[in-house]
Amino acid sequence: MPPTITKEACLLDRIRVTPSAEATQNACKLCAPLGAALVFKGIQGAVPLLHGSQGCSTYIRRYLISHYKEPIDIACSNFSEHSAIFGGGANLKLALENVRHQYAPSLVGIATTCLSETIGDDVAMFIKEYRRSKTGQTLPPIVHVSTPSYQGSHMEGFHRAVWATVSALAGDERRGDARRVNLFPGMLSPADIRHLKQMTAAFGLEAVVLPDYSETLDGGLWKDYQRVPEGGTPVDAIAAAGAAEASIELGGSLAMARETAASFLQQRFAVRPFRLGMPIGIRQTDVLIQSLAEISGRPVPGCYAEQRGRLLDTLVDGHKYVNTVRAALYGEEDLVAGMAGFLAEIGIHPVVCASGGRSMHLAEAIRAQIPASWHAETAILEDADFTAIETAVDTARPDLIIGHSKGYAMSRRLGIPLVRIGFPIHDRMGGSRLLHVGYEGAMALFDRLANTLIERRQDASPIGYTYM
Amino acid sequence: MTPIPILKQREKQIYEKGEAKDGRPFDMACDRHSLAGSVSQRACVFCGSRVVLYPIADALHLIHGPIGCAAYTWDIRGALSSGPQLHRMSFSTDLREQQVIFGGETRLYQALCDLIDAYRPAAAFVYSTCIVGIIGDDVEAVCRRVSREKGIDVLPVHSEGFRGTKKDGYRAACDALFKLVGTGDTAGIQPSSINILGEFNIAGEAWAIRDYYERMGVQVLSVMTGDSRVSEIRRAHGAALNVVQCSGAMTFLAERMTAEYGIPFIRASYFGIEDMAKALYDVAAYFRFDPTLQQRTETLVRDAVNGIMPELLRIKADLAGKRAAIYVGGAFKAFSLIKALRLLGMRVVLAGSQTGNSDDYQTLRDMCDPDTVILDDANPLELSKYVIEKGADLFIGGVKERPIAFKLGIGFCDHNHERKISLAGFEGMLHLAREIHTTVTSPVWRFAPFRSKQE
Ligand code: SF4
Ligand code: SF4
Repeated sequence: MPPTITKEACLLDRIRVTPSAEATQNACKLCAPLGAALVFKGIQGAVPLLHGSQGCSTYIRRYLISHYKEPIDIACSNFSEHSAIFGGGANLKLALENVRHQYAPSLVGIATTCLSETIGDDVAMFIKEYRRSKTGQTLPPIVHVSTPSYQGSHMEGFHRAVWATVSALAGDERRGDARRVNLFPGMLSPADIRHLKQMTAAFGLEAVVLPDYSETLDGGLWKDYQRVPEGGTPVDAIAAAGAAEASIELGGSLAMARETAASFLQQRFAVRPFRLGMPIGIRQTDVLIQSLAEISGRPVPGCYAEQRGRLLDTLVDGHKYVNTVRAALYGEEDLVAGMAGFLAEIGIHPVVCASGGRSMHLAEAIRAQIPASWHAETAILEDADFTAIETAVDTARPDLIIGHSKGYAMSRRLGIPLVRIGFPIHDRMGGSRLLHVGYEGAMALFDRLANTLIERRQDASPIGYTYM
Repeated sequence: MTPIPILKQREKQIYEKGEAKDGRPFDMACDRHSLAGSVSQRACVFCGSRVVLYPIADALHLIHGPIGCAAYTWDIRGALSSGPQLHRMSFSTDLREQQVIFGGETRLYQALCDLIDAYRPAAAFVYSTCIVGIIGDDVEAVCRRVSREKGIDVLPVHSEGFRGTKKDGYRAACDALFKLVGTGDTAGIQPSSINILGEFNIAGEAWAIRDYYERMGVQVLSVMTGDSRVSEIRRAHGAALNVVQCSGAMTFLAERMTAEYGIPFIRASYFGIEDMAKALYDVAAYFRFDPTLQQRTETLVRDAVNGIMPELLRIKADLAGKRAAIYVGGAFKAFSLIKALRLLGMRVVLAGSQTGNSDDYQTLRDMCDPDTVILDDANPLELSKYVIEKGADLFIGGVKERPIAFKLGIGFCDHNHERKISLAGFEGMLHLAREIHTTVTSPVWRFAPFRSKQE
């Protein structure tokens, strides 16, 4: 008979290893072109095109599809042995031609992979040559971003693609007479992006969000197959980014980076930059709300006072379930820093904060969000893999783990419940609809955190109260 | 909406069976490198190697290159192990700029040493990915050195993504496996003994199949590679016969074992009642020196089929006349699926694969009903175009095909290595039928705009 598998046998009994300096064991990050492709998916009519070999784009598609549960078409220039040796120019031009023919894109976003970077392909020149060979035809804008993964994770790829798009397209020609603000939300969920758009709209501002995959990666059913799903930021709106009232850029680590889309728009077009942390929790949302009030010159709409009120009421009602609880937190740097701020507000001490990212701003971004008295007792791990994270979590023995699906094995092994946030969510429904930002996001997060703790208490009780 | 255009260079990889076209000689292009800019559903050489070697559960699998290839393949497959779980870890040298410039050999050496010390694996596989082929690391030499120092086999797998297609990855994996075969003791092996090749134990399928053969009285020496161990592979050359599942993955190894050890091989498929039964009968026929084997096989098949038939017939009543599209990795799987779907009263309107060869497509064409579309190395646009035109009610594919089906309001059944439901064997046929039934008969499709358009 087939062997029966016990729950224990299915896991490596323990992570028995000391973390290795040279080997990454279960990465807590993804590679740069994934981030870039995601950004291009947030531009209306855009098709991402990876310059490299087939596998990278297929794996990235597969990975994104299993989180977003939407078709994600990413083209590839499909290197062969020949292109790896003699350069990928011919392949890139053929790929551009085929993508144009099949998808009729309003923008092609090219991201390089490790391979094309290493052989030193001059993508800018290839694009120029391609344009020249097509004189007389109208071509869509072609944006190119350099994303070798050996220089950074998917977050670098993401931020670089935003920067590359803005610096390639932005001008200061006015478009319409709406009051506009550029919003660079970072790698949030489609639900988050929708919520942020509502917030800016409530202040009478039109947000040009880059990227905006709130519809393209979270849309309805189709009557016909859509080559490029509807939604996304129109190219001409990005082209008018230099004439906006201000730029808002979200993300704690991003706020410390020198070269960003907002800093570019400031230098080139004197667009006022508001570089904020992730608006997760009360204070960071307050800062966003105040910034919007300042940009728009309008008072804060009543609905936010109401939402904030309800949030405070919720926090008070549930404070005993969460205060003094200890948590481990991992994921993208910006999300981790933002989340740490919220946890600190409700008395949850994030004793382990980890990311596979390598911006090297994580520690600083987190310390800015949590009380000084916690600093000594908060392990901050940058450029970390899950072996290092699990070792730290096992040492700290927190009550909760907060992060994406990839921490499930650790959570199961250590017997500590996992609350899923961020990306990727591969083992639950609703990854796209997770709300993290704003007062409403804080409320949703709070409910999930508190309920997980209540459930645990209830399950552990020998009596099984129905009234906790 | 404008009709979906087909790329000129791809026209020869698409064939629609029909009276007008049947006159011309069937000449399907295949075995090609994917076209640049066509959003191919294919992966790369590395993917092929990783798929094949993945289920060797007590080996260390180290991916040499930047992080992506390792991160995207972490624990995504459904291949189960009854013991060690080392295969489910994702190890990478995670190359940094430093190594890309100055070479990654030192880092590879150190990573291997660290990991071997920590996990004490039975052997180690080192997969070279794209960039390694470019920076020119002598992976072979590093493997030899570590092998000497640590006293275990450290096997390089030449799987640079750009060096061909997934099939070349199968070959690279077989090359690595072949180095292990023949290094173990063959004492105590009975005359009617087999290796099962190319069965990956997705959701425990290899256990069920192994169980059938053992109940017949056949000794299963190793399942390469499903819940497998390095020590089993080492003594696999002691078997009397190799049974090779599927067209692509492990044929290279079977051929080499024939050449080197004189072990013949037969092909088998474990999907669907017909093919599963044939896979057992063929082995029984091979060992006809033992007549009781044949009898036991007959009893086994009869009991198994009788056990599932009543429910299959109930399911068939709901599915009869529905149309299915199949797009899978290997073409052999498509053959079995066509037969299995016919048993359920369904009609296949689209059949395609990522890696079929011309013989495969010839067979496909002969099997299919008129009007069926046959596709090689398709992309989302082509797949969606034809499922719409053909009015499919069901799509069988992998994760990348799923949203194509769902967006259009078509049922979907996952049949690749990532699934968690066993679909092989007689029980597996029942699972497949239930899966299809669950998805096709869901009331939610009534709300799909694509469906209301059709009515
Ligand atoms: S194409 Fe190369 S780099 Fe990309 S996944 Fe395959 S082996 Fe890795
Ligand atoms: S080669 Fe680079 S871009 Fe491609 S999958 Fe690997 S890490 Fe990602």
